[in-house]
Amino acid sequence: MLVQPMSVWQPSAAISRLQHRAQLLAQTRQFFAERGVLEVETPLLCQHAVTDPHMPILAADNPLLGEQPYYLQSSPEYAMKRLLAAGSGPIYQLCKAFRGGEQSRRHNPEFSMLEWYRPGFDHFQLMDEISDLLIALMAVPAAQQISYGELFEQHLGINPHTATATQLEQLARQQLDIQMHSDQRDDWLNLLIAEVIEPKLGFDTPLFIYDYPASQAALARLATDANGHAVAQRFELYVQGIELANGYFELTDSAEQARRFQQEQQQRQQLNQPAMASDAYLLAALESGLPECAGVALGFDRLVMLALQCERIDEVLSFTSDKA
Amino acid sequence: MATYSTNEFKNGLKLMLEGDPCTILENEFVRPGKGQAFNRVKFRNLKTGRVWERSLKSGEKLEGADVLDIEAEYLYSDGEFWHFMEPNTYEQYQADANAVADVKDWLKEQDKCVVTLFNGAPLAVQVPNFVDLEVTDTDPGEKGDTAQGGSKPATLSTGAVVRVPLFINIGEVLRIDTRTGEYVSRAKG
Repeated sequence: MLVQPMSVWQPSAAISRLQHRAQLLAQTRQFFAERGVLEVETPLLCQHAVTDPHMPILAADNPLLGEQPYYLQSSPEYAMKRLLAAGSGPIYQLCKAFRGGEQSRRHNPEFSMLEWYRPGFDHFQLMDEISDLLIALMAVPAAQQISYGELFEQHLGINPHTATATQLEQLARQQLDIQMHSDQRDDWLNLLIAEVIEPKLGFDTPLFIYDYPASQAALARLATDANGHAVAQRFELYVQGIELANGYFELTDSAEQARRFQQEQQQRQQLNQPAMASDAYLLAALESGLPECAGVALGFDRLVMLALQCERIDEVLSFTSDKA
Repeated sequence: MATYSTNEFKNGLKLMLEGDPCTILENEFVRPGKGQAFNRVKFRNLKTGRVWERSLKSGEKLEGADVLDIEAEYLYSDGEFWHFMEPNTYEQYQADANAVADVKDWLKEQDKCVVTLFNGAPLAVQVPNFVDLEVTDTDPGEKGDTAQGGSKPATLSTGAVVRVPLFINIGEVLRIDTRTGEYVSRAKG
């Protein structure tokens, strides 16, 4: 008989941390109950995954024993938008989401997401509500906000909306030792924000970054900022150098949504990723009418980490994927 | 040699980087909110010992390095090369001055060492943490500089010079900590 070391079966997190985690879950539900936001649950196994070529999707067997694979959802966004289109009103969900291969101090392939949608809110109103939630759950002051453009000017002295891929690459190579080649502006912007800027953000107060480049809109609406740059009405939240949430003033235009799906399919081809059918249910729901709304996805495990002052995600998870 | 994608990276994996074999010390996955993910990897160059951090696109592949640690006995030096033998196969390896640069003061015949082979040739040698070496020269008896805390220099059989207590004499065998290069005690038995 193979004898395992004594500790192998033990949880990743201390039981006292799991007790704190349970309190935070209860407080989160309380927060939304008081505000009249409905808790919902949507399927973890779905016929359609996101088509984002950078999202590592996990496939699973068909639960109806059919031939098509299903996918473990990377976010409950599409299903929640279908509920919104069906007239659910404001909704939130605490659920598991999955991203293959993502394991680090701050990542586990299976993680907990807190996602919510507010019909009638724009993204600035939603940012205020997120700040209220943080104040309710942990000892932080009210969040501040800065635009993506100001952020890059402040930290790197460059305009991220007009700089060329070559300029951004040069800047990145001054700051970092890099093994990568790309002619995509967004790759360099992502590298600079993730490796140079992000570690410095959100230490005094939680910090929202808004007005992302239009090329990084994902499912956000587009707008023009005061300087005439095309921007996405998307935001991210940083607390103590950790990216905690990503939100949008949601795209409701089904034709534009179909165009973005198309664009992602082309990117998938360029990156030699297998084709992934766009979610026809989502498109049909948008067609029938998604109410004007803002929505956000927040990494709940990271929120617990921050509230309990933990350095590593495994300190707040009962069992990490390698022990699951 | 196989290639390894960033999602197969783990500590201790040996990879080729700019023509040199390197080992991974730390691997941190970094994902911006959307878009391309990255890995920030801390490497040690096994040739130079230099440690540095590098950012790679997630999914990028690097070639594995043909690096292998074996246990081998130190045989002798001919002045140009240091010769080692794997005791089970009697296979012999000659290490150059670079490979033994950090340890040559502590190499004693028949001591077991860890020899790191790169493409079959010694790249680096690790000696045991403690080695027993004979004193070949030191000032006699209690004479010595008491201002130096009651110690004196002694030359060992390998040519290394260490500070030893005043009571140590020529011909005695001493235990040395090879990590610090310091005298520990007289060797037992």
